[in-house]
Amino acid sequence: MTAPLIGARIARKEDYRFLTGAGQYTDDVALPNQAYAAFVRSPHAHANIRAIDTGAARSSPGFVGVYTGADLAAAKVGTLPCGWLITDIAGKPMKEPPHPCLAQGKVRYVGDPVAVVIADTPQRARDAAERVEVDYEVLPAVVDAVKAREKGAPVLHEIAPDNTCYVWALGDKGAVDAAFASAAHVTRLEFVNNRLAPNAIEPRSALGAYSRAADEYTLYVANQNPHVERLLMTAFVLGLPEHKVRVVAPDVGGGFGSKIYLYNEDVVVTWAARQLNRPVKWTSDRAEAFVSDAHGRDHVTVAELALDRDGKFLAMRVRTTANLGAYLSTFASAVPTILYATLLAGQYTTPVIYCEVAAAFTNTTPVDAYRGAGRPEATYVVERLVETAARELKLDPAELRRRNFIRKFPYQTPVALQYDTGDYEATLAAANELADVKGYAARKDESARRGKLRGLGYAAYIEACGIAPSAVAGALGARAGLFEAGEIRVHPTGTVTVFTGSHSHGQGHETTFAQVVAERLGLPIENVEIVHGDTSKVLFGMGTYGSRSIAVGGTAIMKALDKVIAKGKKIAAHLLEASEADIEYDRGIFKVAGTDRKKAFGEIAFAAYVPHNYPHDKLEPGLNENAFYDPSNFTFPAGTYVCEVEVDRDTGQVSIDRFTAVDDFGKVINPMIVEGQVHGGLTQGIGQALTEGCRYDANGQLLTGSLMDYCLPRAGDVPSFKVDTRETPCTHNPLGVKGCGEAGAIGAPAAVINALTDALGVKDLPMPATAHTVWRALQKKAA
Amino acid sequence: MSVKVSMKVNGKPASAEVEARTLLVTFIRENLRLTGTHVGCDTAQCGACTVLMNGKAIKSCSIVAMQAEGADILTIEGVAKADGTLHPMQQAFKDNHGLQCGFCTPGMVMNALDFAAANPNPTEKEVREALEGNLCRCTGYHNIVKSIMAGARAMAASK
Repeated sequence: MTAPLIGARIARKEDYRFLTGAGQYTDDVALPNQAYAAFVRSPHAHANIRAIDTGAARSSPGFVGVYTGADLAAAKVGTLPCGWLITDIAGKPMKEPPHPCLAQGKVRYVGDPVAVVIADTPQRARDAAERVEVDYEVLPAVVDAVKAREKGAPVLHEIAPDNTCYVWALGDKGAVDAAFASAAHVTRLEFVNNRLAPNAIEPRSALGAYSRAADEYTLYVANQNPHVERLLMTAFVLGLPEHKVRVVAPDVGGGFGSKIYLYNEDVVVTWAARQLNRPVKWTSDRAEAFVSDAHGRDHVTVAELALDRDGKFLAMRVRTTANLGAYLSTFASAVPTILYATLLAGQYTTPVIYCEVAAAFTNTTPVDAYRGAGRPEATYVVERLVETAARELKLDPAELRRRNFIRKFPYQTPVALQYDTGDYEATLAAANELADVKGYAARKDESARRGKLRGLGYAAYIEACGIAPSAVAGALGARAGLFEAGEIRVHPTGTVTVFTGSHSHGQGHETTFAQVVAERLGLPIENVEIVHGDTSKVLFGMGTYGSRSIAVGGTAIMKALDKVIAKGKKIAAHLLEASEADIEYDRGIFKVAGTDRKKAFGEIAFAAYVPHNYPHDKLEPGLNENAFYDPSNFTFPAGTYVCEVEVDRDTGQVSIDRFTAVDDFGKVINPMIVEGQVHGGLTQGIGQALTEGCRYDANGQLLTGSLMDYCLPRAGDVPSFKVDTRETPCTHNPLGVKGCGEAGAIGAPAAVINALTDALGVKDLPMPATAHTVWRALQKKAA
Repeated sequence: MSVKVSMKVNGKPASAEVEARTLLVTFIRENLRLTGTHVGCDTAQCGACTVLMNGKAIKSCSIVAMQAEGADILTIEGVAKADGTLHPMQQAFKDNHGLQCGFCTPGMVMNALDFAAANPNPTEKEVREALEGNLCRCTGYHNIVKSIMAGARAMAASK
C-alpha cells in the first residue's frame, strides 16, 4: 500500500524547468517576424491632449507602425470594462466612466497610455516612441481620495463631477448608532491603509498574433485567468468572435492580483497584430510597471469599536474613503466594498456593524485587487481596534479576543457572510505556544538591558475565499460567474491528463492538483499531468485569485473524478459480469464487493478505448469527463499571528525578531507548499507595514517609481518564520479545503503595527512604519 | 553603431553582430535565445539577470555585451550536468521549496553558486546578507535561505 499523497510534502513537479532556465514566460516566447511595441505614456497626471505628432517616429529606424487613441476610436475598439457593478446608497448604479485603451483627448494619470509605437526591435520601438510629440494642456490634478471629493477639486470624468464613483454602505446604521450611544467604552482609530505596488518580479508582457489564413488571434499574456481575459477582450472591447481567439498564459512570474485584469496593452497588441499582419510583443519594464500595473489598498478610514464593561464587543462603525485611481480597473469596485465590509466581523460576535465606503477617482494609477484585496484592509481595521481596545481597557489582548470569539458554527455575521466552521481558540492557543508568549516578558527585559524596545502584537484574521457562489456574487453586482471547470482525460493506457481552469503562477498547482488526482484514483503521481493556462486546451476557467484555486478548481476536478469513477464502475460491472451497485473502487482497483474479482484502473481505461467487450447499448466508449463546480458558500480560512519586534531607540530601526503564524486552512494537501505561501504572504504584509508605500506629489508624479525608491522587503528585512496549521475542514467541499494564498498578507500588517505600537507605547503609527517614521514617533514621545 | 562580440557562454563559443548599446542580458536572451536569464527591473535592484562572468556573479543588465568580450559566461542553462542531473545547489532549491513562480530563481541560483563557492557552511545571517542584491516576491526568502545553506553544504561535500 502506498503512502497517502494528500497531506504529503511532495517536491514540486514544476521545479525542474524553472531551475534549469527552461520556464517559458511570455517574454520568452518568440514568434517568427515579431515586432515590438513601446507605449507613449503621459508624463502629466491630468492634461488635455491638444495634438499628437507622430511624424518623426515614422521616420525612426526600424519603424513598423504607430497608433493613437483616434485610430482605436476610428476602428471602433471599445473601452475596458469593469466586472463588478456596485449599487450606491441611494440605489443608483456606480459611475462608470469610459476607460479607453489609448487616451481619447485627455490623460488622467502619469503613465496613461497615449500612443503605441511598433518597431523591429524593442530598443528601436523605444527610440521611435521618444520621437512622438504630444502637445499637452496641463490641468490641475488631485491624488488624494478625500480631497478629490471636496468641492472645487479638479474633475476627472464628466459623468462623475464630484469624482465619486459611489457611496456604498452595509449594515444597520440605526442599531449601530444606538449601541454606541450606550456603550461603556469606545475605541476609535483613524488611519490610512497605504497604497502598494504589487511588483511581481516578472513584469507584465503581452504578445499578440494574427493569422490571416485561419482568421485567428493568439495572445500570449502574463495573466492569472486567460479565459476571463479572452471573454472581456473579445466580448467587451474588440468585438471579436471568442472561438477565433486563443489566450495563453504560459509560465507567469507571480501575480498577486496584478495580473488578473484586462489591461490596455493586452488589447492594443492583439489589435495591432492584425493591422500589421505580424506578431506584436510588449514587455513592461519596472518603471512602466510602477505606473501601469494596478495598485492596491489606499484607504482612509475612521473606525470605532463599542464595548461593554466586560469587554464584549457591542458594535463596530467604519467609514472609509477608497481611492480607485483614474479609471475603474477590472474588479476595482468590488475590493473596497464586497471584499472589505463583509469581513468586518472578523473572528468575533460583534452583533451589529455598519460600514460606509466612498470611492473616489483621482489622478493616480488605477487601484484594484492586490494580495488579500479588501480583506487585509478589513483585518487591519478589526485587529488594530481590538488590540487598541485591550490596551485602553488594560486587558490581555489575547483574553479580549477570547471573550469575543465566535464559538458556534454555522455563524451568521451581521455583514452578510455565514461562516461554516472554524476554531479560533485553537489557532490562538497554538500561536501563543509556538511564539512562546510566556517567555515574552523575559525577552523584553533582555532587550531593555541592551537599550532596545520590544513589543508584541497579535492579529487574529479571517478571510472569505473560495470565490464564489455565482448567484450570491451576481446579486451583489458581479458581472461574471465564479465557478471553476476541470476535465479529466484518461488515456487508453491509464495515465491521466487534467485540465484545470485555475492558473498557477507560483502556487504549485501542477503538484498539488496532481496529488489530489493521484490520491483519488490510486495512481502514481507520475501518471498525472496538470495542464492550465491555455484557452485552446482547457475547456473553461475563471482563473486564480482570492485563494480560490484548491477550493473551487480542486472541487471541479474532484467532481470530474467522481464521474470518471462512476463510468469506470459501469465498465467494470460489464467486464466482471456483476451489478454496477456491487462494484467498489479503491486505490486503483475496481472490485466486486466481497469477492476477489477485480480490474485495475488501467484495464478499465483500455477497455474504454478498445471497446471490443463493451456495453455499447448503455455506454459510450472513452473515459474523459469534465465538471463545472459552483460553490455553495465561501470558505473561511482564519488564524492567529504573533509578531515580536525590537526597536533601536536611536535610529528607529525596526527588526522583526519573531513572527509566528498559525493558520486554519482546512485540509492541507501539501504542507510544504502551504508553508511557502504563508512565508510569502507574511513578507508582503511585513512590507506593507514597514517598508512599502506609493507616494505621489501634489502634481500626481509618482515619487516611488522604481525599486530604488519603493522598498520591497529583502532577505535581511525578514526573519525565518514559525508557521503551523490547525484544521477545521471546510464543510461544503469534498476536500475540506479553504485556501491559503493570501492569509499572510492579510494578517501580517496588523500584527506588525500592533507589535510596534506596543514597543513604542503609542496608540498608532502610520504604515509604512519606516525607521524615519518610528524615529519621529520616538522623538515626539520624548518631547 | 554595430559591433561584433565574442565570448564563451556555457562552455561554447558565442558571437554576434549587435548594436553597441546591447546589454549583456539582451545578448544572452535575444541573440543566444537563452531565456532562463530574466529581466525583472531596470535599476539593477532585482538580480533576476544574474549570471557568472569568469566565475563571479554579475548582473547582466548592468554591463553591455561588449564588456564581456572574451569572457567566460555561465547562465542557468549551463548549471545542470550534461545528462540533465541537477547541480547540488539546484537540487537544494527543489528539496527545500526554494522557489515558487520561478522568475527570480535563475538569478538566485547563480548568485548562490558564487556565494557558496566562498562560503561552504554559511550561517543564516550570512546568506541573508548575500541576498541583498536579489529580490523575490513569492517565497519571503525563508526557503531560499534554507536552500542556499543546504546547497552550500552539499557543494562542499561533493568536492
